[in-house]
Amino acid sequence: MDTTARDRIVITGNGQAGVQLADSLRAAGFTGDITLVGDEAAFPYQRPPLSKDYLAVRDGGAAPAPLPLRGEKFFADARLDCRTGVAVTGIDRNGHTVNLSDGSVLAYTKLVLATGAANREPAVPGAGLAGIHGLRTLADAEAVHRRLDTVRNAVVIGAGFIGLEFAAAARARGIAVTVLEYADRPMARALSRPTSEWFAAAHRQMGTALRLGEGIASFTGDGAGQVAAAVSTAGHTYPADLVLAGIGVTPRTELAEAAGLAVDNGIAVDASLQTSDPDIYALGDCASYPQAHAGARLRLESVQNATDQARHLAGTLTGTVPAGPYAELPWFWSTQGALKLQIAGLSAPGDQTVLRGDPRTGRFSVFCYRDGALAAVESVNQPADHMAARRLLAAGRTLTPGQAADPDFDLKAYAKRVPTSLGT
Amino acid sequence: MAKITFNHAGGDVDVLEVEPGTSLMRAAVTNGVAGIVGECGGQAMCATCHVYVREEYLDALPEISDDEDEMLDCTVEERTDRSRLGCQVTVGEGLDAVEVDLPESQV
Ligand SMILES: Cc1cc2nc3c(=O)[nH]c(=O)nc-3n(C[C@H](O)[C@H](O)[C@H](O)COP(=O)(O)OP(=O)(O)OC[C@H]3O[C@@H](n4cnc5c(N)ncnc54)[C@H](O)[C@@H]3O)c2cc1C
Ligand code: FES
Repeated sequence: MDTTARDRIVITGNGQAGVQLADSLRAAGFTGDITLVGDEAAFPYQRPPLSKDYLAVRDGGAAPAPLPLRGEKFFADARLDCRTGVAVTGIDRNGHTVNLSDGSVLAYTKLVLATGAANREPAVPGAGLAGIHGLRTLADAEAVHRRLDTVRNAVVIGAGFIGLEFAAAARARGIAVTVLEYADRPMARALSRPTSEWFAAAHRQMGTALRLGEGIASFTGDGAGQVAAAVSTAGHTYPADLVLAGIGVTPRTELAEAAGLAVDNGIAVDASLQTSDPDIYALGDCASYPQAHAGARLRLESVQNATDQARHLAGTLTGTVPAGPYAELPWFWSTQGALKLQIAGLSAPGDQTVLRGDPRTGRFSVFCYRDGALAAVESVNQPADHMAARRLLAAGRTLTPGQAADPDFDLKAYAKRVPTSLGT
Repeated sequence: MAKITFNHAGGDVDVLEVEPGTSLMRAAVTNGVAGIVGECGGQAMCATCHVYVREEYLDALPEISDDEDEMLDCTVEERTDRSRLGCQVTVGEGLDAVEVDLPESQV
């Protein structure tokens, strides 16, 4: 692209999407200024380990170091102006400037919103007590980690990915764990029923008390402001010296809304990730976009979504890839103790499911079919199935339910015949 | 301290001295060594930390687990006998130095 010294891309949010975008812009040859503005104090780091390996570290109370997204040297080498502990507080769309919380004003030619999402907080009596935590940021993870050596009874609100990852990590430390989940199965929003039910049994096997069909009604304190118990909608009381709320997130749309940009379950962008202002883009957890595989406007929360959108946008902004819609195949992983879940594609309620492998061995995949074609594959401790599924789904290919279920059908070889490269 | 030598596809070399117990992926990502992505944070889930370990260090490496083996079949650059996932190889005891070649691309 023709970049002049005056080209200046300002990226709001230096998380997974923002940092990947900066990296990919430089890789694509963008020579203008790139400024990343992040409101967290920490240097950009990876979130996924926070609910997994990070909680397993035992070293006498010291907070473990997070895994950085890139090293400081990378930012210097790539001439990226990465600011931490500073928020973008307002956008002047006409003037093409943003205001920062430290009083400074930055001019932009293109503005990118990569603001992520914020934890939803339980709205029940007692929710303000100490000892009730969310898990989104490094600061959250440090606060939780600090308590793990002494906590005896943990209650998790919500059997989603983060809640269950935490539950497995806490069980591994010998902490008694109760999980309250309003739905009748865990991870119901993202998983087919067979996989979800298998995970319910597996968590119970780990010793977690998984209470399905039971939400949180209130918290009671110990008289000194610290949480002591959780009371469920079924009227049961569970002792709790730590509560982990994993009840989902809300996209951080506040800046976009204040600037009059279209918002629809996230900052609304088109298939090229452009907002209703042609000089402002949005991506990652904060943005909803027309999702090619689902055929609907969706907002996804995953590393894959953040990084693939960032690579796509870098191509668009530099003109290095032919303009086209963002249409990468969604994929996701979650590690819950020794259980490794990988999802390729997006399953939906009503999908026909076909089992490959024997769930009793702890290694299997569930193939989800919609309108006769493969739509998603959920794999447990079966990375080869997952990678084959990604290849097939990305190429828009299918296989028959009979082939999927047949242990003698060579899935890997079948997928290898697809002429495509993964992840690109 | 343990020593890791990363040979880039273009010929550049990065040499790091790191704490024992550090994985090749974490060492590279933390120190800004390009060519290793580590997108899954070390869970053997993404295969974007692929390295080719130099012959003379291969015997000192831990065995390849089933998960690593399956993910190695899915790297972007071709798998060879020297292929490992950088997040699954940790320097320290029994491996106080290691030298690897980086593939041209990871994604
Ligand atoms: C504990 C945890 C575990 C996870 N595990 C997995 C996993 O196993 N697999 C997976 O695929 N995904 C996982 N995810 C999801 C994944 O981390 C997110 O989808 C990804 O981080 C989204 O990237 P993002 O850049 O859109 O948002 P974020 O990474 O959240 O970054 C947004 C940043 O912008 C900042 N910001 C917001 N507003 C402003 C403002 N006005 N000014 C300045 N800065 C601002 C925020 O503070 C934040 O630092 C996990 C998430 C969490 C929290
Ligand atoms: S960091 Fe993902 S496989 Fe090594």
